[in-house]
Amino acid sequence: MAGECAIQTENLTRRFGDFTAVDGVDLRIEKQDVFGFLGPNGSGKTTVIKMITGLLPASEGRAWVEGYDIEEDPDAVRARIGYMSQKFSLYNDLTVMENLEFYGRVYGLKRERLRSRIDAAVQLNHLQPFLSRPAGKLSGGWKQRLALSCAMLHEPRVMFLDEPTAGIDPVARRELWDLIFQLSSEGITFFVTTHYMDEAERCNRLAYIYNSVVIARGTPEQLRSLPEANPRGAKRIEFRTSEISRALHELRHIPEMRDATAFGQTVHALVDDSFDLKEIEHCLSSRGIDAADIREIAPSLEDVFVELTNLRRRELEGNNGQRV
Amino acid sequence: MGNAFEGFWAVLVKESLHLSRDSVALVLALGVPLIQMSILGWAIDTNVRQVSTVVLNEDGRRQSRELIQRFENSDTFRVVSYATNDAELHDAVRSGRARVAIKIPVDFADRLSKDRTATVLILIDGSDSSVAGQAITVSTAIGLDESLRRVLGPRQVLPVEIRPQLLFNPDSRSPNFFLPGLLAVLLLSVTTFLTAFSIVREKENGTLEQLFITPVRPLGLLLGKIVPYLALGFVELCALLIAMRWVFGVPIHGSTVLLLVLSIPYLFVAIAFGTFISTRVSSQAQAMQMAFLTFIPSIFFSGYIFPRDTMPAFCYWLSYLVPATYYINITRGIILRGAAFQHVAVDGAILVSMGLGLLLLAARQFQRKVIA
Repeated sequence: MAGECAIQTENLTRRFGDFTAVDGVDLRIEKQDVFGFLGPNGSGKTTVIKMITGLLPASEGRAWVEGYDIEEDPDAVRARIGYMSQKFSLYNDLTVMENLEFYGRVYGLKRERLRSRIDAAVQLNHLQPFLSRPAGKLSGGWKQRLALSCAMLHEPRVMFLDEPTAGIDPVARRELWDLIFQLSSEGITFFVTTHYMDEAERCNRLAYIYNSVVIARGTPEQLRSLPEANPRGAKRIEFRTSEISRALHELRHIPEMRDATAFGQTVHALVDDSFDLKEIEHCLSSRGIDAADIREIAPSLEDVFVELTNLRRRELEGNNGQRV
Repeated sequence: MGNAFEGFWAVLVKESLHLSRDSVALVLALGVPLIQMSILGWAIDTNVRQVSTVVLNEDGRRQSRELIQRFENSDTFRVVSYATNDAELHDAVRSGRARVAIKIPVDFADRLSKDRTATVLILIDGSDSSVAGQAITVSTAIGLDESLRRVLGPRQVLPVEIRPQLLFNPDSRSPNFFLPGLLAVLLLSVTTFLTAFSIVREKENGTLEQLFITPVRPLGLLLGKIVPYLALGFVELCALLIAMRWVFGVPIHGSTVLLLVLSIPYLFVAIAFGTFISTRVSSQAQAMQMAFLTFIPSIFFSGYIFPRDTMPAFCYWLSYLVPATYYINITRGIILRGAAFQHVAVDGAILVSMGLGLLLLAARQFQRKVIA
């Protein structure tokens, strides 16, 4: 019934007592997708992963991985998935090789097959120089490579990565993403949670969960063109300036400016459509702000999620107001 | 897949590696019980001997001096000082310098020669029950003995003579009483204590969660963790038995093989209990406290120190729940009394069923309580 897709959920819900941690989540992730699951801390991302992987029974709803129902056939699901948690789940007193051997054996790999799978993982992740080093003595980036290797020894079809790049240096981060795309092109589906917007931009499909509910989903382009992210009668502009904080302060006094945020040496602002770029430049220079390279831009994913979050928050507050 | 013991070998190998890596913990786990056995084996003497005694001899003549000599010859009393008046005598006991005070009145010899009852006052420090009991018994016996000899005269024989014979431990050696029971308590530190950490440690590291995603089954995981500790416990048992036999000279009257075989279920229970604790608690600190909670009943309700027969009913029934109770029956039985299999089979069977019950309970605990 779940057809050809890699992961599907239907009304997936989890309650802890009175608290609903995940509320009616419907997802459909195609094979070979690199699916990014975004949301603030505590919004329910990890709980969704735990339900799909069978770590946590769902209070309601169902989930399938490669067509197998997690409740009816957990063994079939387990054989097809790999999971790398935020903590990397390694045994720090065991060496890199011993960690690999343990996870390989746990998945029932024996002798030649165990050897060849470990060799392949070591080669793919360049672990060769560290084989006899205790896992606890590796740096964050290498721990993450080892954890990924361990989670993939049994050749899973679907990988779950829960905040794989938290606390990892930028080079290791980029290498991980290169690896993800390489593996995805070889047919593996990835389900990745992250806080980093640049990582979200790399995913080919996204879902955004806020306060236990998925409030948006689609490709990055689809999300960027959501009407909620592009308020009617307004456009997004960007300009460079040497005095960011004074610029932000002054912008608040211009009535046509709806919102403004700093991005490094540039300012992103949401302005009324009626206000054209010339007028903006004039208005800024009259206030003594040196604005260069003023141009119109599409909303970033961060803009989209901020807008969606604010909308949703206002909605919830409105509901609460009615109830009280 | 689908095998209830899935993952057993993988976990067994991994757990053995953990044990071999942590050499400090290993040395401590193996060494501390041996040190404790040495301290207790050498220091503790349950036989009351050489009790410090103060004497006030107001009479001072030959008969009174002979009586004091008899007290000293009993080996129970050792005269540490002489008092010159009642105040000094009481003071010696109250200050703890002497546990027993003997007062011979001024007319002691006169009364003896006039065939009247001569009274000797013995004051005994009641703050230590075993010392007090022994002092009462021995001093009463000395009094009776003196009286009989004077009544009977030199040629006559005693009409009745009691000849007590101490079986299994004829010399009444303390290590023989102490060490076989001590085994049960000392083995807890390499079993219950070490395993109480084994699972909660993985919970804290997040590796347990990872294992739940693999095909590993609760029974495979638990047994894989239990077996290395079982081996460790067995090594420790052998070390303790060797020390008991050759350092403290406690003979093993029964079959050593039987003792070793019946020790396995006890080790298994203690380890399964540690594992069970580990599945229930959420931090290593909690595990430590829970493990300690089991230590006290093992010492006090198992009959190791206090005889079970004299316990209040509630404690007596409680003692049936303490695995050490059965193991102490086995060790004392085999080591001291030379008990054969049929004498200790019931204790062994109870330990086996306790172990299996705890294992299944821990496995069920696992299955139901999937981590949130």
